[in-house]
Amino acid sequence: MHPTDFSLRGALDALAEGAISSEELTRAHLDAIERLNPRINAYITVTAEQALARARESDARRARGEAGPLEGLPLAIKDLFCTEGVRTTAGSRILGNFVPPYESTVTANLLRDGAVFLGKANLDEFAMGSSNTTSAFGPVENPWSRRNDPDARLVPGGSSGGSAAAVAARLALGATATDTGGSIRQPAAFCGIAGIKPTYGRCSRFGIVAFASSLDQAGPVARTVEDCALLLRSMAGFDPKDATSAEVPVPDFAAACARGVRGLRIGVPQEYRLDGMPTEIEALWQRGLEWLRAEGAETVEISLPHTRYALPTYYIVAPAEASSNLARYDGVRYGLRVAEADGDLRDLYERTRAAGFGAEVKRRIMIGTYVLSAGYYDAYYLKAQKVRALIRQDFERAWERVDAIVTPATPSAAFGMDEKQDDPVTMYLNDVFTVTANLAGLPGLAVPAGLDAQGLPLGLQVIGRAFDEETVFAVGAAIERAADFRALPGLRAGA
Amino acid sequence: MSTTTTYTIEGRTGPWELVIGLEVHAQVISRAKLFSGAATAFGAGPNTQVSFIDAGFPGMLPVINRECVAQAVRTGLGLKAQINLWSRFDRKNYFYADLPQGYQISQYAHPIVGRGAVEIELADGTTKIIGITRLHLEQDAGKSLHDQHPAKSFIDLNRSGVALMEIVSEPDMRSPEEAGAYLAKLRQIMRYLGTCDGNMDEGSLRADVNVSVRRPGEGYRTRCEVKNVNSIRFVMQAVEAEARRQIEVWEEGGEVEQETRLFDTVRGATRSMRSKEEAHDYRYFPDPDLPPLVLDAAWVEELRAGLPELPDARRARYIRDFGLSPYDAQVLTAEKETALYYETVAKGRDPKLAANWVMGDLFAALNRTKRTIEDPPVRAEHLGALLDLMRDGTLSGKLAKEVFEAMVESGKSPGAIVEERGLRQVTDTGAIERAVEAVLAANADKVAEYRAGKEKLFGFFVGQVMKAMQGKGNPALVNEALKRRLA
Amino acid sequence: MSLDTAMVRRIASLARIRLEEEEVGRMQAELNGILGWIEQLQAVPTEGVEPMAGGSPLPAAGGMRMRADEVTEGGIAEKVLANAPDRIGDYFAVPKVVE
Ligand SMILES: [Mg+2]
Ligand SMILES: [Zn+2]
Repeated sequence: MHPTDFSLRGALDALAEGAISSEELTRAHLDAIERLNPRINAYITVTAEQALARARESDARRARGEAGPLEGLPLAIKDLFCTEGVRTTAGSRILGNFVPPYESTVTANLLRDGAVFLGKANLDEFAMGSSNTTSAFGPVENPWSRRNDPDARLVPGGSSGGSAAAVAARLALGATATDTGGSIRQPAAFCGIAGIKPTYGRCSRFGIVAFASSLDQAGPVARTVEDCALLLRSMAGFDPKDATSAEVPVPDFAAACARGVRGLRIGVPQEYRLDGMPTEIEALWQRGLEWLRAEGAETVEISLPHTRYALPTYYIVAPAEASSNLARYDGVRYGLRVAEADGDLRDLYERTRAAGFGAEVKRRIMIGTYVLSAGYYDAYYLKAQKVRALIRQDFERAWERVDAIVTPATPSAAFGMDEKQDDPVTMYLNDVFTVTANLAGLPGLAVPAGLDAQGLPLGLQVIGRAFDEETVFAVGAAIERAADFRALPGLRAGA
Repeated sequence: MSTTTTYTIEGRTGPWELVIGLEVHAQVISRAKLFSGAATAFGAGPNTQVSFIDAGFPGMLPVINRECVAQAVRTGLGLKAQINLWSRFDRKNYFYADLPQGYQISQYAHPIVGRGAVEIELADGTTKIIGITRLHLEQDAGKSLHDQHPAKSFIDLNRSGVALMEIVSEPDMRSPEEAGAYLAKLRQIMRYLGTCDGNMDEGSLRADVNVSVRRPGEGYRTRCEVKNVNSIRFVMQAVEAEARRQIEVWEEGGEVEQETRLFDTVRGATRSMRSKEEAHDYRYFPDPDLPPLVLDAAWVEELRAGLPELPDARRARYIRDFGLSPYDAQVLTAEKETALYYETVAKGRDPKLAANWVMGDLFAALNRTKRTIEDPPVRAEHLGALLDLMRDGTLSGKLAKEVFEAMVESGKSPGAIVEERGLRQVTDTGAIERAVEAVLAANADKVAEYRAGKEKLFGFFVGQVMKAMQGKGNPALVNEALKRRLA
Repeated sequence: MSLDTAMVRRIASLARIRLEEEEVGRMQAELNGILGWIEQLQAVPTEGVEPMAGGSPLPAAGGMRMRADEVTEGGIAEKVLANAPDRIGDYFAVPKVVE
């Protein structure tokens, strides 16, 4: 077995048994990156020397009997997490060669638990996108391809496209990601891996480059549900440096994966049945519900009546917050500066931001600026906040009747790099199933459940109550067991 | 209280009234900043009191400082204002070189403190209530230095993120004097509370002055905001100058335009801030990094119980319990430090005598030595001891003045000075009798005149006896002995 | 509500993003496409609905935590200035601002 084929759990066991060292495991991944990254472009920055040094330290710790819960596991870090001494770009030109003098809380937690960072994963610029084509460092290629059109290059989804592609192609055992409207779950589904966006407040946002503060949540992507559970346990936890971090205990998520679903009531929201949705996605959904019933769960038709307004609501709230969060990129204290010799400060701002931000980021800053501006605030922003409250209420009503909700993760399988690029709104529709969990702050997990007719992976989504990731993991793991998803992408290490 | 006559400025075409409201920015006394753990002390090296939060670095998040919240509540209580148990922070978005985040975190829609009131005293003895609209917490910006380099401005972020209280008044003031008295009173209250040091030179207290003028009996006309005026005197001057400018505009048939202006302290005139002319659109919205600020009612009560006595209450107590005149009570309570000094002197002693000494000899000594009541040449305990020496007859009033001067010079206690200089008053009746005897014997002619009816000479005898005793004779005993011997 | 080119320029100016003349039309079309789609929100009845600010999934969540008034940061001018595109001494430098 190729060392990059380990699951995270499998690698932990192998390391514990001494079957492999962290240095070997890390080197195998670095070799794979060297070979495949030029094509896949999953990493913006590879920190090979640091990774090997840390792996050796990890092996020494293990030898001393001081192994942490993630001791020696090589991971990819989405380049939205600030990493001390390692360039952090957010996929944007405007951060230039920004090197944070601090570490994000989530990555610090992973380091504390013994993880080894291979490098910084590509992403849509400032996490704005669903295809990883908006990155200033070039698009990421999905390691999967269509059966009848193997040359077509597909997107990995976004914004955590680099993280998902790296994990799918075996360029990391797992990766950190973030999810503002579906940016963990959609690329996980497109790349045939698992990913969870936990409850808002579960992971600290400290040190994560902000996109939309009230929606952003960090979470892991990995090749199994249990691997996600292991990573999340380390990433999560109360952080006094984030005023929105929840002061709640972090349970043993991995243990919850084995719980089973007997007696659980699974909600099936009728509003997620979209017109024109591919029949194979509808079929996959039904199959998933069937598996859960077979395991002893009860499925219940529910209504989330404001679902259809979720995307427009999101495209007011997220750009509004982004327009303010991205105001700090002004060419004064760090990052890119573009200035004319005789230009004034205003000119410096305008040139820097025009050159530093890509088209999608500019569009969203413009939308956000507009919906907050005098005379339009009530009609757009305030209205969106009210509809958001209604979306949250929809879920609260649902929780009176069900313990978890299962839906498709995406309305389609991965699409081509040249598709859906003309009209922003078409691209936005990718997040139609995932965005409601962000608006309501709820945990949502994507799990690979099957293939479409082209042999591309499709995922199902499990949504749970606030801070009840355990039930989400239990349901996700049950789907995973039943689906027995073994298909592999064509582009991968060890292939 | 006399009936108030409205202050007016006489224009070419008749009298004009003034309408003034103040927005005061007061720096909160706290160790650390409002949303970061960086220090607030004044005068540190550039960018040394800056955290990554204050510099608006990627991924940095604000966490509120409890003491800053407590200070705002205390100030609100001191302004007899409503404390809002639920308030919220909004972002005020604009670009400026010393605003690292591109927004200021402030409380726009839901301030922590609502309506309150401040009573001001005017020179003619009248008082007036000025309404407080609100008080909210917000961050200060950094500092731009424009005169260090021919082509560049320098940015120092030490102030970035320091907690400010913005205190907004109703447009209740009608004269420069009222505006000055209001700012002075606000400053006094906050200094008593220990919530703002009121140091206007260091920018701890700045006022934005809103001024408009109108014909008597009219509604409001367009107002202008004079930004960042940094002394009470300048506030009064700025009001006057801006009102006169507006009157001229109106009288020449023009229209006052609502705008932001600056007060040029050298020229004594206001000027338009042209660089800020672009229409503002601050795009306020609730800061998603900060949940609402919810206060526990019991905590607010705790803060209320811990409030010090405020100047108005203290002044009333001085009048009521000490029998001081309103004027003396006002002077002694103007500054908390003065009041504390006075109370130390007065404690267990004659409060009026204590007031006379503090306001007379001590204030004169402060003036003369250019010292302040916080660092006085004579300690309050020493002045109190001096009063005790007068009461027990050790020192006469005249000797006490002499001892006081020696105290100013040496900083020593009155007891030590009396010992050193042998200034102890003589109460030995034998010694007094002997001195009287000698004086009468040496002035037999005057004694005869006195006995013949020229009673005015009594003072002469007293003076001679005191002179003979080097001023140390107890005056009452000297009088008594003289009266007896001359009878 | 559809944006005219003057409004597009005004928003770009508020957002401090330089728009070249030839970009205005395309930006206008894109923004109007998005805004037209967003417009469907107006159909949702929201009378009496308390707007949801912040991301907390628990509507009854209490107020925010407060930290102690302690100096825990600062004294890192070098780190604060390390990424500056232009610094002079221990200051960030920008083109001269005329007030
Ligand atoms: Mg103001
Ligand atoms: Zn203010």
